[in-house]
Amino acid sequence: MSKLKPPVNSADHQEGNINADIILVEYGDFQCPYCGRAYPLIKRLLKERGKDIHFVFRNFHLSEIHAHALAAAIAAEAAGKQGKYWEMHDRIFENQDLLADDFLLSSAQLLGLDMKQFKMDSKSEELQTKIESDFDSGVRSGVNGTPSFFLNGAKLLTYDETYQSLYNAIQSESKKISH
Amino acid sequence: MILSKGNTAPGFSLSATPDQKISLADFKGRPVILAFYPADWSPVCGDQMALYNETLKYFGKFNAQLIGISVDSKWCHKAFTENRNLHFPLLADFQPKGAVSALYGAYDETDGESERALFVIDEKGIIRWSYLSPDEINPGADGILEALEELSESK
Repeated sequence: MSKLKPPVNSADHQEGNINADIILVEYGDFQCPYCGRAYPLIKRLLKERGKDIHFVFRNFHLSEIHAHALAAAIAAEAAGKQGKYWEMHDRIFENQDLLADDFLLSSAQLLGLDMKQFKMDSKSEELQTKIESDFDSGVRSGVNGTPSFFLNGAKLLTYDETYQSLYNAIQSESKKISH
Repeated sequence: MILSKGNTAPGFSLSATPDQKISLADFKGRPVILAFYPADWSPVCGDQMALYNETLKYFGKFNAQLIGISVDSKWCHKAFTENRNLHFPLLADFQPKGAVSALYGAYDETDGESERALFVIDEKGIIRWSYLSPDEINPGADGILEALEELSESK
């Protein structure tokens, strides 16, 4: 059974309730259409069960098949440096068809980021290292494609691209915890 | 049953491209990862070969060579390789169909396809780790990396 390595920590981008007992981690690629399809499902899940779920997104860019995946990951991380990680993350997934360098720049502008800082951060080694270490942790944890989900550290094998499959997984995990 | 740890890896020579053949013996002195898989052109982002293409640098740290093998023809492999931008060879276990897969115990007679089986072979040609995954489950790269680590630590 594939296990999440390392566990969720302060380097991760977190959404929902960070004190919740249920931790859902997604390894995703900003250009992956399957991740694009998972995006609204996660949004809905956080809307409906957000107080019970601690959600984390880690980068798993498949650069050989997705030419813009790394640039998108960098843009999201760079936006994160200015406190707008999730805004950029959401904007990219909501406009996946438009994904390209100019789209990322105009998105940064739209989010009101300090552009000079954004461009500087985009080139920083720190961000590259963060993205690489996300990918490393994915490989080590047994990520076999995108999106891959981990529920409280264990790879979620029942996700079938439906909301129901995510919802059911959360339900059964909360039952397990409360017992 | 797939061949298990301790067995000598059966030799083979198969087409990698329309004008190139690759033999297991070509890689003597290096660890080799053999990844048998059912077919080219499985869904994009969960594709096992696309994943390994991204993890080549991890295998490279152990100087290991990755080889994919399926019963698809060399022409099919060529198109698939170009489409997915793959940087490692895919061998065509095409004629006689599935013969090399069968040598490793990784041929599914019913479907006429290779099974999803992984082998890590050491520098001397001995199988050090093998794993059979259900057809529909991409086994990821973590098992391979653990096997390569163990191999390099045992030296």
